[in-house]
Amino acid sequence: MSELDRPPGATPAAPRDWTYAPAPESRDVVRIAERYGHFVGGQWLEAAETYETISPSSEEPLALVGQGTEQDVDAAVGAARSAFANGWSALPGSERAKYLFRIARILQERSRELAVLESLNGGKPIKESRDVDLPLAAAHFFYYAGWADKLEYAFANRRPRPVGVAGQIIPWNFPLLMLAWKIAPALAAGNTVVLKPSHTTPLTALLFCDVLRQAELPPGVVNIVTGYGSTGAALVKHKDVDKIAFTGSTEVGKWIQSEVAGSGKRLTLELGGKAANIVFDDCALDQAVEGIVNGIYFNQGEVCCAGSRLFVQESIYEPLIAKLKRRLATLRVGDPLDKNTDVGAINSREQLEKIASLVQSGVDEGAEIYQPPCRLPEKGFWFAPTVFTNVAQSYRIAQEEIFGPVLSVLTFRTPEEAVEKANNTPYGLSAGVWTEKGSRILWMAQRLRAGVVWANTFNRFDPTSPFGGYKESGFGREGGRHGLEGYLRFDE
Amino acid sequence: MSRLPVKKTYKLYIGGAFPRSESGRTYEAEGQNVARASRKDARDAVRAARAAQPGWAAATAYNRGQVLYRLAEMVEARVPEFAELCSGHGEVEQAIDRIVWYAGWADKLPQVLGGANPVAGPYFNFTIPEPTGVVAVLAPDEPPLLGLVTRLLPPLVGGNAVVAVASESRPLAAVELAEAVATSDLPGGVVNLLTGFRKELAPILASHMDVNALDVCGADGDTPELERLAAENVKRVVHGRADVQSPWEIASFLELKTVWHPIGQ
Amino acid sequence: MAQAPALPTGFELPLEPRLPRIGAVDAVALEERAASLAKRSIKKDAKVFALELAIRTTDLTTLEGADTPGKVAALSSKAIRPDPSDPGIPSCAAICVYPNLVPAARERLRGTGVKVAAVATAFPSGQYPTAIKVADVRSAVELGADEIDMVIDRGAFLSGRYAKVYDEIVQVKEACGDVHLKVILETGELGTYDNVRRATLLAIAGGADFVKTSTGKINPAATLPVALCMLEAVRDVHEETGRRIGFKVAGGIRQAKQAVQHLVLVHETLGPDWLTPDLYRLGASSLLNDILMQLRKGKTGVYQSPDYFTLD
Repeated sequence: MSELDRPPGATPAAPRDWTYAPAPESRDVVRIAERYGHFVGGQWLEAAETYETISPSSEEPLALVGQGTEQDVDAAVGAARSAFANGWSALPGSERAKYLFRIARILQERSRELAVLESLNGGKPIKESRDVDLPLAAAHFFYYAGWADKLEYAFANRRPRPVGVAGQIIPWNFPLLMLAWKIAPALAAGNTVVLKPSHTTPLTALLFCDVLRQAELPPGVVNIVTGYGSTGAALVKHKDVDKIAFTGSTEVGKWIQSEVAGSGKRLTLELGGKAANIVFDDCALDQAVEGIVNGIYFNQGEVCCAGSRLFVQESIYEPLIAKLKRRLATLRVGDPLDKNTDVGAINSREQLEKIASLVQSGVDEGAEIYQPPCRLPEKGFWFAPTVFTNVAQSYRIAQEEIFGPVLSVLTFRTPEEAVEKANNTPYGLSAGVWTEKGSRILWMAQRLRAGVVWANTFNRFDPTSPFGGYKESGFGREGGRHGLEGYLRFDE
Repeated sequence: MSRLPVKKTYKLYIGGAFPRSESGRTYEAEGQNVARASRKDARDAVRAARAAQPGWAAATAYNRGQVLYRLAEMVEARVPEFAELCSGHGEVEQAIDRIVWYAGWADKLPQVLGGANPVAGPYFNFTIPEPTGVVAVLAPDEPPLLGLVTRLLPPLVGGNAVVAVASESRPLAAVELAEAVATSDLPGGVVNLLTGFRKELAPILASHMDVNALDVCGADGDTPELERLAAENVKRVVHGRADVQSPWEIASFLELKTVWHPIGQ
Repeated sequence: MAQAPALPTGFELPLEPRLPRIGAVDAVALEERAASLAKRSIKKDAKVFALELAIRTTDLTTLEGADTPGKVAALSSKAIRPDPSDPGIPSCAAICVYPNLVPAARERLRGTGVKVAAVATAFPSGQYPTAIKVADVRSAVELGADEIDMVIDRGAFLSGRYAKVYDEIVQVKEACGDVHLKVILETGELGTYDNVRRATLLAIAGGADFVKTSTGKINPAATLPVALCMLEAVRDVHEETGRRIGFKVAGGIRQAKQAVQHLVLVHETLGPDWLTPDLYRLGASSLLNDILMQLRKGKTGVYQSPDYFTLD
């Protein structure tokens, strides 16, 4: 036997444990300024008052941003009104379209930069901001660009016209995507806007202003004022705003609705939810487990349409729960900028405390808690993926929106019972149905009082697909042809 | 001493490539030798279109919209060249804006042309538009660029593949457009362009059993004969106009499929 | 090792909990999950671990009409020592050849720990009478194969004759004796993931030690979604019965990156216990050199050329 044939000693026994090495996405791609002002009339206005925005995964300060005052809001509304009156609304739709197409393309080109910033400032995994938030944001602008010069086809015989100046207040869970959902249809319809990002996640909105500069959008068409709730309140109360669009908590939504009552202001609200995710015994089981996991742990469960109430048909309960718990153990919780992270940081200390408090209530009320073993970092705001079983319909964890990675599991026996329990809530944003039987999907969809029904999938979004709630989850739709309606007036 | 420019060769555009006519023939138009397509070239073009169409139809509507928007980008980058081959900058800008207009329809068609139908029974019933397949287009002589764009975009947006016969007297703008198409991310075979004698090529396409629709915009007086030939495989015959912009133009090249499914436990 | 009971006729869902429910597979969600796992970023020592594991679990394969003892001897040497310039690189798990070449492989591999796997049952089509296919297996075993890779009868499967498919596996297993049996489903011919799941459970019920995706002779072969589908069935068998069945992917895996993606699938579906040649194999030929190139790039920091790695 030649030298080459001699075996290289006993091949060592394969070490079984395979740990993935850190795979961080580089922060170099984005440059964050030390300090930002407000973007008004195409210019940066120095902010008189500022506050610090941080990275929730490490509590590292990222920048100083403006705390918008009533004066700042007033200047922004003025700029929006001026832009509306002096050209934007009179611009042919095909020209407005081309600005929006430009914005869409630039978002695609600067996608990585914005995704990294989104993960850094908000806590969500880079895998999500890169593969979901950014592509959808660009797609939203692309879709609505195409409507800008086709409004008469969208609303035949109704003479659609813009409403004027829209005040838009968005949440922290999908900062840039929510910005796209608001600005794209508003501009396509010929309006100008003042947008207030959530106070914990202002940075992608501020970087978006540079996208607007590159797109050469006329000054004043989009204005961005940052700040806490008081800034939003000033916008809601401002007399020269024609329409308010709000996405956020039901509590604040109700305040806004009562505040604009009698003012003639148009209003759309996209509020909270407590979605029922309903699994039948004839589902494709492993895929249903993936769907459940995606439904409540995607974006750390900080999603208005999260599938937070899992209804399992009793006949499949044991195997499903066993698979679910095993699957939870493979979720990777960690640095949002690591490409292998599945679950990122909770957005703020405030939110973390809310989640912890509700989870404690679940334990106190008698539900059984399960959390996979999880090494959470010391700094930053973290919560392990959690499942509660033995949950009663009346427990706080089954009634109140937690907005975190916490799933409550209940059971049912028949489709009727599932529908009844699913609808037994003041909310009505979304629902999920898992069964291989087509007729049952349609039967359930017909009866579920929810604005979005996902069958054999969950958390799927598309700019062509209208999204919005029933009941206390709000009114109005975003996405699709219907998404234009809130931004138009119709002279019959 | 002035520099001698390199003269362009005006070839056909089939299957993403620029072949000469298999017949080797050319004819003179606008002072240039332009490929004179034969029946075999037409046959090859239809074959290329048929091969490419399923992939184009299977792309997401969003993707088709983006690709067509990129076609607009490519034409915009060649405005001076195009302007010399038609009535001028104005026509080119209109053509670009028309491409953008149609590109924006790609992801909206079912929302306007289709929908759920409220049948009187426990059934979910919906109608969706689908591309008809391979469309032959006879481009008008005027306007040389805008006319071709006006007839080309509607079938494309809907997911069809096209074999277009350029204007016989003004073919150069069409060849330039083919070059823009070739750099636009449109897959090879989705758009095919034949230059040559319309009286030779139109009947071949009108009678071809694997062409699903025929746009007779540039047919002039030959329309009745072409309509007769089209009847053999029940082609959809569209009397396209040279300067029009409407979603109903797109609808002319779409089939409608209605699906039923019971609603029950 | 626990024996699964014979399947009831008609392949109906058994009411006793000794086999997992057959159930359905949602194609869209399965493909999404596979795509999501394929995005894992495996770098540095995690990548080296994976690449070395891939080599260690490779069944280096040649299945051509033109195979000769000389060709097989050369391939065997490659399997023993894939990179002569780097003795730290482990040997492959096995050589995979047609029965006639088993003696030549055995000769070269004697004393090395690298196994000889033979394809049998009228590989790749399986379109022959059962008796012939079983005789094929017996003769391969007599020639000295350590492992047998059989094909299921796809014609019988697709025409609903599941009992025939099952009976053949049982008979082949019997003819194998102590020799380890891999059952090839030829997933590219089965049409749907529902069928892939069904065939996987059927093969395991029939006595497979390993289930294998493909013959490598047609496309599509070992795609990530198909592998995931089979891994989920293997997982269900383990959960229900405690049996650990092995899994082999074969066909179309030419790049190191794909091999790593496949290993991620195993790791995140079955866990680290399956990351061993006793329970996982990768059937490939040109893959080996791509892995060697990746390993050398890792060590040197520069992109490699195929010229520096032997073709055997």
